[in-house]
Amino acid sequence: MNITDILKERILVLDGAMGTMIQRHKLEEEDFRTEALKNHPHPLKGNNDLLSLSRPDIIKDIHAQYYAAGADIAETNTFSGTTIAQADYHLEHLVYELNFQSAKIAREVADEFTAREPNKPRFVAGSMGPTNRTASLSPDVNDPGYRAVTYDQLVTAYKEQARALIDGGADLLLVETIFDTLNAKAALFAIEEVFDEIGKRYPIMVSGTITDASGRTLSGQTTEAFLISVSHIPLLSVGLNCALGASALRPYLQVLSHNSNFMVSAHPNAGLPNEMGAYDESPEYMAQQIEEFLKEGLINIIGGCCGTTPPHIKAIAEVAAKYKPRKLSVSSQ
Amino acid sequence: MKEYTLKLSGLEPLIVTPESNFINVGERTNVTGSAKFLKLIKEGDYDGALSVARDQVEGGAQIIDVNMDEGMLDGAEAMTKFLNLIASEPDISRVPVMIDSSKWHIIEAGLKVVQGKCVVNSISLKAGEEEFIQQAKLIKRYGAAVIVMAFDEVGQADSYERRIEICERAYRILVEKVKFYPGDIIFDPNIFPVGTGMEEHRKNALDFFRATKWIRTNLPGAHVSGGVSNVSFSFRGNNAVREAMHSAFLYHAIKEGMDMGIVNPAMLEVYDDIPKELLERVEDVLLDRREDATERLLEFAETVKQKGKVEVLNEEWRNGTVESRLSHALVKGIVDFIDADTEEARQKLPKPLDVIEGPLMAGMNVVGDLFGAGKMFLPQVVKSARVMKKAVAYLMPYMDEEKRKQTEALSKSLPKGETLGEEEYGYETADTALYPLLKEFVLQNRNNPTDAEEILWNILKGKKLDGYKFRRQQIIGRFIADFVCLKKKLVIELDGKIHQLPDNIESDKQRTEWLEGMGYKVIRFDNDRIFADIDNALNEILICLKSLSDVESEVIPLGEDLGGACKILMATVKGDVHDIGKNIVGVVMACNNFEIIDMGVMVPTDKILAKAIEEKVDVIGLSGLITPSLDEMVGVAKEMERLGMKIPLLIGGATTSRVHTAVKIDPHYSGSVVHVIDASKSVPVVQSLISKEFGEAYHKKLKEDYSQYREDYKNRKRDKNFVSLEKARSTKVGVDVANIVKPAFTGTKVFEDYPLEDLRSYIDWTPFFATWELAGRYPKILDDAIIGSEAKKLFDDANKMLDEVISKKLLTAKAVVGFWQANSVSDDVVIDSNGVENTFHFLRQQSEKADGQHYNCLADFVAAKETGVSDYMGGFAVTAGIGIEPLVEAYEKDHDDYHSIMIKAIADRLAEAFAERMHELVRKEYWGYASNENLSSEDLIKEEYQGIRPAPGYPACPDHTEKRTLFNLLDAENKIGLHLTENFAMYPAAAVSEAK
Repeated sequence: MNITDILKERILVLDGAMGTMIQRHKLEEEDFRTEALKNHPHPLKGNNDLLSLSRPDIIKDIHAQYYAAGADIAETNTFSGTTIAQADYHLEHLVYELNFQSAKIAREVADEFTAREPNKPRFVAGSMGPTNRTASLSPDVNDPGYRAVTYDQLVTAYKEQARALIDGGADLLLVETIFDTLNAKAALFAIEEVFDEIGKRYPIMVSGTITDASGRTLSGQTTEAFLISVSHIPLLSVGLNCALGASALRPYLQVLSHNSNFMVSAHPNAGLPNEMGAYDESPEYMAQQIEEFLKEGLINIIGGCCGTTPPHIKAIAEVAAKYKPRKLSVSSQ
Repeated sequence: MKEYTLKLSGLEPLIVTPESNFINVGERTNVTGSAKFLKLIKEGDYDGALSVARDQVEGGAQIIDVNMDEGMLDGAEAMTKFLNLIASEPDISRVPVMIDSSKWHIIEAGLKVVQGKCVVNSISLKAGEEEFIQQAKLIKRYGAAVIVMAFDEVGQADSYERRIEICERAYRILVEKVKFYPGDIIFDPNIFPVGTGMEEHRKNALDFFRATKWIRTNLPGAHVSGGVSNVSFSFRGNNAVREAMHSAFLYHAIKEGMDMGIVNPAMLEVYDDIPKELLERVEDVLLDRREDATERLLEFAETVKQKGKVEVLNEEWRNGTVESRLSHALVKGIVDFIDADTEEARQKLPKPLDVIEGPLMAGMNVVGDLFGAGKMFLPQVVKSARVMKKAVAYLMPYMDEEKRKQTEALSKSLPKGETLGEEEYGYETADTALYPLLKEFVLQNRNNPTDAEEILWNILKGKKLDGYKFRRQQIIGRFIADFVCLKKKLVIELDGKIHQLPDNIESDKQRTEWLEGMGYKVIRFDNDRIFADIDNALNEILICLKSLSDVESEVIPLGEDLGGACKILMATVKGDVHDIGKNIVGVVMACNNFEIIDMGVMVPTDKILAKAIEEKVDVIGLSGLITPSLDEMVGVAKEMERLGMKIPLLIGGATTSRVHTAVKIDPHYSGSVVHVIDASKSVPVVQSLISKEFGEAYHKKLKEDYSQYREDYKNRKRDKNFVSLEKARSTKVGVDVANIVKPAFTGTKVFEDYPLEDLRSYIDWTPFFATWELAGRYPKILDDAIIGSEAKKLFDDANKMLDEVISKKLLTAKAVVGFWQANSVSDDVVIDSNGVENTFHFLRQQSEKADGQHYNCLADFVAAKETGVSDYMGGFAVTAGIGIEPLVEAYEKDHDDYHSIMIKAIADRLAEAFAERMHELVRKEYWGYASNENLSSEDLIKEEYQGIRPAPGYPACPDHTEKRTLFNLLDAENKIGLHLTENFAMYPAAAVSEAK
């Protein structure tokens, strides 16, 4: 069944944090090294995307846990899967394989679950992170006109990632954790070029990040300005994730819900990190917060970001099942 | 038809709706148009270039056009660098960018560095469809709107037909082939110069207007833009003419649907201020209205130039009154003289605040009206706002000083209660200066009560003493009362403790004196008596309470709950930047000792409410000028309801209205919602809202009122249309002069003491019951199931009093009636009284009626002067109120409100009855045109008779000032002792004056 049709009937559940789950395994340097990378001259520990090649068992298990908890959509382990982000590890050459394998792993788990529960098909979203550079901000306070990355570089990098994710079996693409809209626009530009090349379109989810209580993205846009800036591409959904907990996200989701003709998604953090850097909103508490905006009819796709775990997703999925999805308004664009 | 909206963004959204009127694009960051900007870019002075951009945004540009097309520049590099720098300046990058270039690679360079949704200016069919489609596809993929020039393979469109041909073709390609969103398409149908002397340029402006209209009608979603200054190209060097041309051009283009444009706000005259002769000649040229239009404008332009008329005009306004100068400065956005003019107004008016609420607000209203009518444009309004802010800033220190002086004066004089009356300052406001100190003491006292206090409080608290409510440690003025019952104004003091500030101890006697001066009864007990004989003390308190009458309005000393001065949170809602009105309200409220938390402009709902909760504010005030703000306010109300908030919500701002508040906002919030018309209204409203004693009742009343407004709105008639006065006058029907009857006499006749018993049967009792708020018609009301028995009682009492009045001749009824020769002249009636002319001015109906109907005026019922026939008009004034004062006084002295109101109501009825009787006498005898009339009193009430008796101040003749003319004619003041007050109220009140 087509995801767009399902979304008209119910709220779909996105999975939770990948990083939080990986951290539990207390992995060491050797866990990140494949046979081919045995002699790679740079440390690789912390390059979580690489685990899809070195420890696919762990990644598979995490996907399975989330699907089992009730997630309809799992995100591939490719948040940093661009040449720009992988440059930190000098692994630009592995980007295609990394994305391809990650998508393939998720695809396999999804298909297993779909086979078991055909009335609840599982989907794979190819995760496309923001990279670690910003196209509209200067990293050098003394030279505000400087840019560490250009639009063209971003387009090249995102094209490679998008192509590999599709080839590996992703059902849709998720441009997420957008803190600079120009980066996201480059990703969307790249995706459109890939679609042109392969002669086929896939659903696109876009998810921005409101970085603090100012209600703006890191690059300074208000939620509505952000929405306007990405609305030129036909999207499956537009939403917000990360940075804030569920309750703090609510006013901005209202803005999206009120103004967007796309589906609206949210995958908030389990609250804000405490002084130890851990997230401590319990599954029950978070589900309760989320219930507030489900009740209000703001949401079509709901999930979790940093700090969320399978019990969180389970609690969220249970709450989501109780409510009708947000209706698309039929007003102008 | 589907609606398309153009949505752009910088850091913030810019949404072009039909209500946006006109989007003003800043044009100074353009190297081809600004020599200054070119120089800055060429020299690499990007800081200077940024300040040009910043000035534009501050000056009201809603989009900034950036153009780097210059032969000696690397355009793509300059575009990239400048746009990157803008991105680091949030006060610039909050608005969308218009990437302006004739070279595609420069446009594309710009598109790659802008995160918001920008506008490309421009592409065209100049090089054929293929390139056009390719560029459009890329623009779509980059996520921008596009300006399409009316230009094709053949050349630039220079006629109406070519304009629409090219625009339609481009539109079809974009929408059908490229799948471009129609709302993102903006046409530039070429603004070309007019008044060039060349025959083929004559229709340039007109063709633009027509093409604009065609595009807006036939190409759904598409917008129209253009560079306005082109139109006046041939008048370079003559700014007076150019400014007039730009303004007139915009006025007409906007009317046809142009909704965006590149305009230099400094080169724009206010449409209404264009001298009539100049405007006529400019519009002759723009609209190609006459053969010699260009010659005539050139001719006129010469005179403007030669005489230096611009300068003369500029100084002329300085000769007006200070009010007119302030208004002029606001409309024109001139700050040069504002301090001096504001100072002059301050000296002229009693209080600095009067300057704001008087001439400055009057000026801003003019600005608002012109803006609303599309005769002023946003950049001009922003300039006006600047002038206003400057004036307010100038006044601020004076207002602070005023406030300080008041507080000081009050704190000095209050203990003796001599110089400052309660009416004048209200002691609620008196203690704010001392409040923080006193509060500390109250806290201390409450936390450490003496034993005696504790014993007494345990008995008094919670209305335990016979239901009387007491408060303890209450701040009154600058004193702290141990216990007080506000409803009875009873203060109980326990001795054995120091009550005041240590450095300011007043003797008990002085304090008691002051409190008594304020209307309090003070009783005091020794601590010992509380311990030894509490029952006796309570008895005394009870006796005291019972002997005191209830206070009509309980004055609530500030800080009754230690909550501090009332806190008001104010914010202009999200998406709106207009804050002048809100700032004025803030100033006024602060002057009235409210604590104002002003969150500024563009404040999102969640921020407002979070702050409101954090600060525990008592009231939230929302402001907004533009229409979308109305929806924002609805959102805030909904959210307040969701959060279970209870505090009142004030709604204000130019587009807000009581109807909107009632229909759209009030239903969503169970707390109080009030629309506040202006700053001066806000103070009493808030005082009522936060009053502990009346707040609940006021809340209920508000809810009822607003529900009624909703009801009224539902039942409202369609908006009225008005016909012109000329048209209305043309339907006038003359009087049939053959039927004119001559009155028995001309001049006046006086009735010194008309027998009251003769009037009794003429009394219409229904309004009498209405006076007592008993609704229903007499006599049915006497049998009403619910109020019948009360009505009956009242009726009996009234008749008893009436008997007494008549038998004892307590009241005297006097009247003066007069007839004069009269003829109408247009809408006036000119009276000839012994050769002296008096004129009554009447109004004519103008609300649109069906064809063939007449638009009447009272003057129509008097033969017109042209007929050459003398007609007549009569008038009378009656009173039945002579002698009422001593009666009322006696009742009031006896605290007998019932009879005091009763006698007034009866006198009123007698006066009305007298008028009815007098009119009858006029019809039957003195004028005698209906001598055979025989009508019952019911018929009289239903006005079944021939003729009318309109009263000044009522609908047929709404102007109260006409009363003066009538009074003069009748000489009513001398003849029957009936006076008119300065506002044309009649005294004694029981009086009627009417004309026939």
